[in-house]
Amino acid sequence: MEIKTLNKKAKEKVMLEIKNLHVSVDGNEILKGIDLSVQPGEIHAIMGPNGSGKSTLSHVIAGRDGYEITGGRIVFQGEDLSGMEPEERAAKGIFLAFQYPVEIPGVANTTFMKEALNAIRRYHGEDELDAMQFVKIMRQKTKELGISDDMLKRAVNVGFSGGEKKRNEILQMAILNPTLAVLDETDSGLDIDALKIVAEGVNKMRSPERSILLITHYQRLLDYIVPDKVHVLAHGRIQRTGGKELALELEEKGYAEFGEAAA
Amino acid sequence: MTTEPTQLQPFVESFDPARSGLPGADLGWLKALRKTGIERFEALGLPTTKLEGWKYTRLKPLEDTRYQPITDKDGMAALDTVPSLLPDPGGRPRLVFVNGWMRPNFWIDGDLPDGVHLECLADALKTQPDWIRERLVALAGEDASSLVQLNTAMMDTGFMLRVEEGVRVETPIEIIFVGGLTDRPVAYSPRNLIVLEQGAEATVVKHHAGMGVGAYFANSVTDIDIGPGAQLRHYKVQAEAKEATHIDTVRVRVARDATYESFSLSMGGRLSRNEVVVRLEGEGAHCAINGAYLMRGNEHCDNTTQIDHLVPHTTSREVFKGVLDDESRAVFQGRIVVHKDAQHTDGYQLCKTLLLSTGAEIDVKPELEIYADDVKCSHGATTGQIDERALFYLRSRGIPEALARNLLVQSFLGEALDEIADEDIRAAFTDKVLHWLPAACFLAEEWRGE
Repeated sequence: MEIKTLNKKAKEKVMLEIKNLHVSVDGNEILKGIDLSVQPGEIHAIMGPNGSGKSTLSHVIAGRDGYEITGGRIVFQGEDLSGMEPEERAAKGIFLAFQYPVEIPGVANTTFMKEALNAIRRYHGEDELDAMQFVKIMRQKTKELGISDDMLKRAVNVGFSGGEKKRNEILQMAILNPTLAVLDETDSGLDIDALKIVAEGVNKMRSPERSILLITHYQRLLDYIVPDKVHVLAHGRIQRTGGKELALELEEKGYAEFGEAAA
Repeated sequence: MTTEPTQLQPFVESFDPARSGLPGADLGWLKALRKTGIERFEALGLPTTKLEGWKYTRLKPLEDTRYQPITDKDGMAALDTVPSLLPDPGGRPRLVFVNGWMRPNFWIDGDLPDGVHLECLADALKTQPDWIRERLVALAGEDASSLVQLNTAMMDTGFMLRVEEGVRVETPIEIIFVGGLTDRPVAYSPRNLIVLEQGAEATVVKHHAGMGVGAYFANSVTDIDIGPGAQLRHYKVQAEAKEATHIDTVRVRVARDATYESFSLSMGGRLSRNEVVVRLEGEGAHCAINGAYLMRGNEHCDNTTQIDHLVPHTTSREVFKGVLDDESRAVFQGRIVVHKDAQHTDGYQLCKTLLLSTGAEIDVKPELEIYADDVKCSHGATTGQIDERALFYLRSRGIPEALARNLLVQSFLGEALDEIADEDIRAAFTDKVLHWLPAACFLAEEWRGE
């Protein structure tokens, strides 16, 4: 009896457990058997060349339509995610920072985030925050992240520079306070200053209860966010796993070893 | 699509018995005008899909149903509340018609300044017959469409607004047409006249509110004359009952340095058509014809516009956005004619439609006819579905799908609603849009406030 309980606890302790995951898009198999285990508090980097299946992995974790799981499973804090709607995954603590954040004209950033946070609170049976309470949280987070209030009043991502869009993703992450954050090529298109700001925001979110999956093509982001583990994804499979030094090795040699042209 | 001859006879037959009870029955000139109207209507027939301008809209409800003229009993139908679009109508001038009958008990004079004349057609024919005559005769026109001819023959209701030179009316004037509270299909023909003399300013809000479930046919004509330097804001909500047929022909003349700005929100009726013709007749004249259409079920909405740039240095702007669900249909025909002398015309037209179901359809026909060589004219039309990427983005933040869809529809319509310059009216129209959306209204206050 006691052993069983311990096992259960141990099982729950795993933040994300991906087992032999096969995913097809429009009948083409993109992920061909992924295994990945992320413990609470860990940061894992998934590196790989273009077309390796990195974005597919991030989207399938967040529950985007059009990705068919043909084999294996994704388990988040002991719960199988298959068939779960994206909004429910978000409510349970999964956050995806988009590579290309979407513009939503006519809807203010503040409004969007307040509704998102309140939707999640409703899901957990918590009281919704009123405008005053929300603004307080928002102000605190923007201050921490060095984001101007002006960005809050503007329509979601409309007219934002590349850097602002990515910072906005980090702000949303800070407000929604997820337990698992998946950052899909958050470094792409950023100059070094913007990259530092984004990395700083992510580092502030580091905590023993939160795990982060960094999906990236380049090693450069990992100079600022130091991962616990680095995985190389190519041809729909994890080809190698190592510590942070693996990223440096990739920086030097490129992905040629994995059958891809140097990036 | 079949193009069988439409049923003309019931309309013609109803003319004789009705004429003695129509407003101004004792006025010889009006009798003659009505008679010519019905003759021309009979000669022209109801529009069919063989006509270029009616290619995509078939007047099926008029073929299938025999409509009867309204009676005073219809006009006295009980009305618990007046469906006012604007909050606190206390100080605002308001005119209410129920099934085409003006209801004095709902009339609000408001704080209209001197030099503003607001009356229903029947009263205006008594108080200022010469003024009305001059205009109606001039506007009767042989070249008018058959539905305008029918209106000329049958006009039994409507309002007249005249704002004298230099008078500015600050408060919006609300005109409410309530339809549908009858036990049989009825037809009525509002004839409205808005005249702004030199330098005058006014805002008119028309609300066509349907109640009940009966069929009715409202065939309106509104003639608008905007004098030099005058400004008219003309807003309309068409929220007719489910089985209503709503035809609204608006003919506008805009003089030198004058402005006509309109927004037409269509969100009801079995079949509706807004036909707007604007003539920019003086240099510096400007018009903005904007609108949105929200259709579901088997509703059909047709927005047909024509802007004539007749002289140099005139500008026009047109933004229409539509959201179509279920099996609904919409038509947008936007014609801009730049006449030979109209150099330095600046025209812009945009029509975007969002299809929420695979059964919905839109026919878009932009037409630019340019006979001058130094002009700037552009138009664009797009049709699409909800952006799945945007939907996923919202859902990935925890926003449930139904609400996320509503938000994207709101976001889509925002661009059109932003064209409404008057804040109170923009808020009122936004409210109407929010109430049209399925399920819970999302972010009402905040969205409106942004």
